[in-house]
Amino acid sequence: MPDIVRLHYDVDGDNFMAAGEASSTVKNVLKRLGIGEDMVRRAAICLYEGEINMVIHANGGTIDVSVSPQTIEMVLKDQGEGIPDIEQAMQEGFSTASDRVRDLGFGAGMGLPNMRRYADSLEVSSEPGQGTRVVMTLNIAPA
Amino acid sequence: MSIWHSVTLIRDKCKGCTTCIKHCPTEAIRVRRGKAVIVDERCVDCGRCIQVCPHHAKRAVCDSFDKLGDFAYNVALPAPSLYGQFHNLDDVNIVLEAFTKIGFDQVFEVSAAAEMISDATRRRMRSEERLPRPVISSACPAAVRIICQRFPRLIGHLANHVAPVDLAAMLARRAAVRETGLPPEKIGVFFITPCPAKATAVTNPVGLSHPVMDGALAMSEVYLRLLPAMKKVENPPQIATSGIMGIGWATSGGESAALLGESYIAVDGIENIIKVLEDVEDGKLPDVEFLELGACTQGCVGGCLTVENPFAAKARVKQLMKFLPVSRSRMTGEIETLSYMDTTLSHVPVWQFDTDMTTAMEKHARIETLRERLPGLDCASCGAPSCRSLAEDVVMGFASEEDCIFRMRERMMYLSGTGDAEQYLPPPFREQKK
Repeated sequence: MPDIVRLHYDVDGDNFMAAGEASSTVKNVLKRLGIGEDMVRRAAICLYEGEINMVIHANGGTIDVSVSPQTIEMVLKDQGEGIPDIEQAMQEGFSTASDRVRDLGFGAGMGLPNMRRYADSLEVSSEPGQGTRVVMTLNIAPA
Repeated sequence: MSIWHSVTLIRDKCKGCTTCIKHCPTEAIRVRRGKAVIVDERCVDCGRCIQVCPHHAKRAVCDSFDKLGDFAYNVALPAPSLYGQFHNLDDVNIVLEAFTKIGFDQVFEVSAAAEMISDATRRRMRSEERLPRPVISSACPAAVRIICQRFPRLIGHLANHVAPVDLAAMLARRAAVRETGLPPEKIGVFFITPCPAKATAVTNPVGLSHPVMDGALAMSEVYLRLLPAMKKVENPPQIATSGIMGIGWATSGGESAALLGESYIAVDGIENIIKVLEDVEDGKLPDVEFLELGACTQGCVGGCLTVENPFAAKARVKQLMKFLPVSRSRMTGEIETLSYMDTTLSHVPVWQFDTDMTTAMEKHARIETLRERLPGLDCASCGAPSCRSLAEDVVMGFASEEDCIFRMRERMMYLSGTGDAEQYLPPPFREQKK
């Protein structure tokens, strides 16, 4: 079955005030589609973490969400400096956020770990200097 | 399913303008054939349309005073916001005593029941760590209905106590039965309501399987009867049984203050409520222990059945509280069992595109495609509040794409010659069907 619902968002870089807008909008669409509360919550957390990461580290990027009766797939792309060591970035508490960002309450090193925890699958691909691509999938129903 | 609502249209006064549809927080109104039409399933009786209608074409329907004649003994339940309506009132007992001069046999303050519920909530929040935080107040029926419609995940956060007025009603009826020896159905229990949401809740209670009151009387009407009666009251007896904590519920922040906690927020205004609930749902308010919600400006004193402006009423309530003890009514074990809801609140999925997920997704796709074709002006000439809501209405089968004057014009130009664009009328202006 093809994806039925496609949503696209551009995320502004360095705009902490607007960060979370895309995840909140997606959350409200998912609710109106009748997707279960827990699934909506997990999708919103994953997307929020990804969105914040793009704002903090990559000067923004794009989010593409496609929803089918089987899955929610979220693809986040940015043109930031990339992640040199993905394994290390996945560790809880590891963060390269600046002091300024930490002072704002972000950069606790829980972004990627939370995404791994709440998504059914998480793929991170990155080339230093080329940006990062994150694909998260949540399974609504068994395929 | 037809749901009884206090908020009602006065057809003759409605000019078919689009003011109410633009302000309705649940997008529950459309204009059809020159008149506003309320979508029953979505209306939460918040009263915004009553407040904004320039033609006074919306009203909150309440019961008539004649209904007191159906009962052998009548009890009034004044909402605490009533006390903020009078100039120079320094003793609540004057208001309470005046009720016995306008047709009531007894009066029971809603603020006394509010104090009991505050007492119980305070204890439970201290002892039951596992209550999901923030605990959300269930006192404003419009707020509760918004949560049930749009924030199903937060339903479990709602305090499972009945509204203070429901508890007051149950206690008042019991007391009246004891005092008079009459059967309970001979006792008339009437709420003096500040708003339509609470008037609706008298008939369709929140969290209770059966109504516990016999009617709702508009505060504005009761006010006019009380004024002359109050002038005749001299040396009123000590009837009041509530203090600062109970009467404080009249205004936003009062319910929270009575919990004596520090991490609470009190939100007034229905649009603000929706924004804050979004934030709670997104986990943006992790430190908040208690969330007080009131759909009206400044809380219940801002209800559209009150007389005084909410800011002045709030100042008066504050003034009155100066002379009162902190609290005079406590929750006891036997009353506490009465104070819990007897039904579970559940999701009312009026915002879902469809009950079937696949169909909902197809509808969403069609809505988005259509929305992109609409001008995005949100002019409301089609009778829907925004271009997006017209797109939803079209896909749901309640409207047609040509209801958009811009779409229609394009179509007529395309058909050039077969129709006259000058003669096209959007739905709000069409002649009534004979």
